[in-house]
Amino acid sequence: MAAPMQRWVGRGRHWTFARVDGGSCHRREAPTGSTSNRIRGRSSVAQQPLYTTQKPRKGEHKWAAVVGLEIHAQISSNSKLFSGSQVRFSAPPNSLVSFFDASLPGTLPVLNRRCVEAAVMTGLALNCHINKKSLFDRKHYFYADLPAGYQITQQRLPIAVNGSLTYGVCAGKKQSQVIPKTVRIKQIQLEQDSGKSLHDDLRSQTLIDLNRAEGQLRVDANISVHHPGEPLGVRTEVKNLNSIRFLAKAIDYEIQRQINELENGGEILNETRSFHYQLGCTMSMRDKEGKQDYRWFMPEPNLPPLVLYDATSLPAGADPQQVINIDQIRETLPELPSVTRERLVQQYGMLLEHSFTLLNEVGLLEFFQNVIKETRAEPKKVTSWVLNTFLGYLKQQNLAVSESPVTPSALAELLDLLDSRTISSAAAKQVFEELWKREGKTPGQIVSEKQLELMEDRGALEQLCHSMMEAHPQVVMDLKKGNPRVINKLIGLVRKATQNRADPAMIKEILEKKLSS
Amino acid sequence: MLKGSVTIKDGCGHVPSLATGDLFFLLAWLLWWQAGHEDHAGPDPPRKVSAALKQGQITPTELCQKCLSLIKKTKFLNAYITVSEEVALKQAEESEKRYKNGQSLGDLDGIPVAVKDNFSTSGIETTCASNMLKGYIPPYNATVVQKLLDQGALLMGKTNLDEFAMGSGSTDGIFGPVKNPWSYSKQYREKRKQNPHNKNEDSDWLITGGSSGGSAAAVSAFTCYAALGSDTGGSTRNPAAHCGLVGFKPSYGLVSRHGLIPLVNSMDVPGILTRCVDDAAVVLGALAGPDPKDSTTVHDPINKPFMLPSLADVSKLCIGIPKEYLIPELSSEVRSLWSKAADLFESEGAKVLEVSLPHTSYSIVCYHVLCTTEVASNMARFDGLQYGHRCDINVSTEAMYAATRREGFNDVVRGRILSGNFFLLKENYENYFVKAQKVRRLIANDFVNAFNSGVDVLLTPTTLSEAVPYLEFIKEDNRTRSAQDDIFTQAVNMAGLPAVSIPVALSNQGLPIGLQFIGRAFCDQQLLTVAKWFEKQVQFPVIQLQELMDDCSAVLENEKSASVSLKQ
Repeated sequence: MAAPMQRWVGRGRHWTFARVDGGSCHRREAPTGSTSNRIRGRSSVAQQPLYTTQKPRKGEHKWAAVVGLEIHAQISSNSKLFSGSQVRFSAPPNSLVSFFDASLPGTLPVLNRRCVEAAVMTGLALNCHINKKSLFDRKHYFYADLPAGYQITQQRLPIAVNGSLTYGVCAGKKQSQVIPKTVRIKQIQLEQDSGKSLHDDLRSQTLIDLNRAEGQLRVDANISVHHPGEPLGVRTEVKNLNSIRFLAKAIDYEIQRQINELENGGEILNETRSFHYQLGCTMSMRDKEGKQDYRWFMPEPNLPPLVLYDATSLPAGADPQQVINIDQIRETLPELPSVTRERLVQQYGMLLEHSFTLLNEVGLLEFFQNVIKETRAEPKKVTSWVLNTFLGYLKQQNLAVSESPVTPSALAELLDLLDSRTISSAAAKQVFEELWKREGKTPGQIVSEKQLELMEDRGALEQLCHSMMEAHPQVVMDLKKGNPRVINKLIGLVRKATQNRADPAMIKEILEKKLSS
Repeated sequence: MLKGSVTIKDGCGHVPSLATGDLFFLLAWLLWWQAGHEDHAGPDPPRKVSAALKQGQITPTELCQKCLSLIKKTKFLNAYITVSEEVALKQAEESEKRYKNGQSLGDLDGIPVAVKDNFSTSGIETTCASNMLKGYIPPYNATVVQKLLDQGALLMGKTNLDEFAMGSGSTDGIFGPVKNPWSYSKQYREKRKQNPHNKNEDSDWLITGGSSGGSAAAVSAFTCYAALGSDTGGSTRNPAAHCGLVGFKPSYGLVSRHGLIPLVNSMDVPGILTRCVDDAAVVLGALAGPDPKDSTTVHDPINKPFMLPSLADVSKLCIGIPKEYLIPELSSEVRSLWSKAADLFESEGAKVLEVSLPHTSYSIVCYHVLCTTEVASNMARFDGLQYGHRCDINVSTEAMYAATRREGFNDVVRGRILSGNFFLLKENYENYFVKAQKVRRLIANDFVNAFNSGVDVLLTPTTLSEAVPYLEFIKEDNRTRSAQDDIFTQAVNMAGLPAVSIPVALSNQGLPIGLQFIGRAFCDQQLLTVAKWFEKQVQFPVIQLQELMDDCSAVLENEKSASVSLKQ
């Protein structure tokens, strides 16, 4: 039960990153299942960087942008929010439609317990106040993929309110510095999804799939600009952004568009806009989807108020199947990413940005922890190998952690060999490359086959160093003239001659000894 | 909203312990009919009837065929929209097998029933008397229909109503008005002959009341023994009063609404129309209980089955008479009967108190706002896309919606949708809908206060007067009529309380007049127990339909046979 929620939280965190840093698109599969059940979260970021036009004129005000996001996330559940029909990814169209989903007259909504629990868990994870009583409302509008003519949602009294999510923004020259930021969560509401419209322009018809839309995260962004210290500007809503990169682009575009519009004496209309993926711009939705329905919400009369309990309010002898206990859900809450990150920093002396990377890649943290468990190597060493070498190989070949040819045990063994000074780190890289080939050999086997063990024979190494110094008198001369850096050149030459099997520290020690004598 | 207050229930007061001798009356009646019905005294003791049924003295198939025959004879009443003859005969056959094997499903096994045409019936057209749903065949049964079938009842057909149950006359559906069987009763005809002004008898037939008029006419004309109506503002009790029947509206949340095509979700309740209180209790017993498909049904344990004791003594009862229900529009006959009924209770030792329900007068206008708002919302799904009527226009989706809805709904429905959408507009919402909800709470609290003052049951009129002729009725529009006719029944729906209309006596014109009892929420059994006592005292006469049934000699040979009553 915990896993899907974690995924949701992960996604929530994801967009915040992407939005702020301008859109690094993480390779993340679309969640499975359809979005017939969803949680809608609303958040707002009021303190945006200040924007100016490209050529600010003298005495001109700066602009501030305000962005609020409506995030539609599917709940990982077996059946839909208000009906018993299943949720399954890529099921044939209209194959998972109950009488209620088709809005047959006389059918009534029945709330899915799992969805309520997921919403409570999300609320807890996002530091929200959980409303012990929440209500359902009908939002009215006519559209072909909304068969009832209204959508059941939570407008007046949603299940959770007033939360926050702290996240980090990468900054600095190498994007290596993490600046903590907080986004406020206005509310989390349970909401029925509409169907999916498939427009067939060729035959000028629209097909409706009442399985509901496929399971993507969808975001609507509300954007306005104003001069700091003045009232907020008129906002526009950019709808149906389904990738983090496009979300960031749409917001950036819209902010600039509004500024340009206002500076050219125009005005911003309170309108719905869409983002054109190819052109990279937003445009007014003149079709029916963009039209406002001026009817207000009405209480959903077929669903009694949703009442939640905690340990103190739980009625004695209550049937656990009939009640939802907030405290019980809190206990099942997995460790939240921020806590995990903090733990990683504390426990392993890791840099905060490294902890972010470990959590952002699905399965990477688990991989890391498994290596740590099995190796004697220092955590810093493990971190460096997992984040640099291992992740680098994955990215290069566009693989997921689960698809890695190198197991945590193999990496652990490799790091042990390194730790025990059996091999040099250069040799270790070589072993890793061999491991990546999936030939089923252990690091130990590879080391002995390729004879990569460190040279233990000090006498032989001293001999090698001596002949290397004789072969390169100019370098020795430079060294003696007081340029200590050139020693690295000699070290490199000796290492090469040993096929990376010699310990560079030992080489350096021998060389220095010989030079000073 | 009221739904928030669907929590059960302070004590139901003085519910007497259950007696066991009153079971099987329906079966008893079957035997009585078969045996030649020598008098009005009622059926034989249950055990003997059960035995007789087991011996096959009467079979469900015979009974079914007799009812089908009566349905055909009374077709001109327009009580039925769809007669499900084949289904009923097949069900009768199965019932017969069960009886033969001694595996009867209970009190309703083999009993012909009818269902208002706004309950979904699997495989049987369900129209709501609207063009919009003409030809619509639901793929599922409403929970209440399924429960009747599970008990072995025979579904004779779907009964007529006002379009989408919006009306109080059963005159405003696409299949035409329902005629009140009492128009053709000996009692009414004889009174009319005495009056020389009444000449044009054939066109001067009476309305049934509504909106469950088809169900009322079906039971009243003996084409079935019980019928389902729906009750949102009085739609079961009103036609029951006009047709001389028991019309019962259960507590909101006691009976599932799943499959009932809604009018006002927060007030709709499946209603029960029968010829006596015990019958209503048996049907209620079959229907009541939580339904996982209707989240507004209550889960607390309810005493089942609803067997009603014969109350020997009313001295522990307190009857409340709401003073606000005495209004100038009330006919003198109804007023007088109401007063006599109060006297009756008092003379039998009950405490009779005048009580006040001060917000009663706001009920109609409040209902208008709440009803039309929910109607506008509920009717939004009828867009011609998935089921029901679709117009030929395909210029655009919007044009198709508009034309479909214009063609599909009558003026009454369209008028309510328009009003409802007006009340739903952002600028009107607070001023109308929110205020109406507050008023609704006040109205509900009026009842709570009355019951908290010690009253067990309220006694009121059901209607202003007896049934009026159709030509008289249609002089006013639907809205005016509904507002007038629901005046005593509607507040009960606002409060979610149980209420029952009991036929009391015939008016000077020879037409039935009913009185209404209102009980505490979820004290339905107590309410029906009181109603049963009252029913026994008033001995309401049986409708005499011998003229109507002239051709039905095989079924109803004489006057006596027409005086069918289920009463014990």
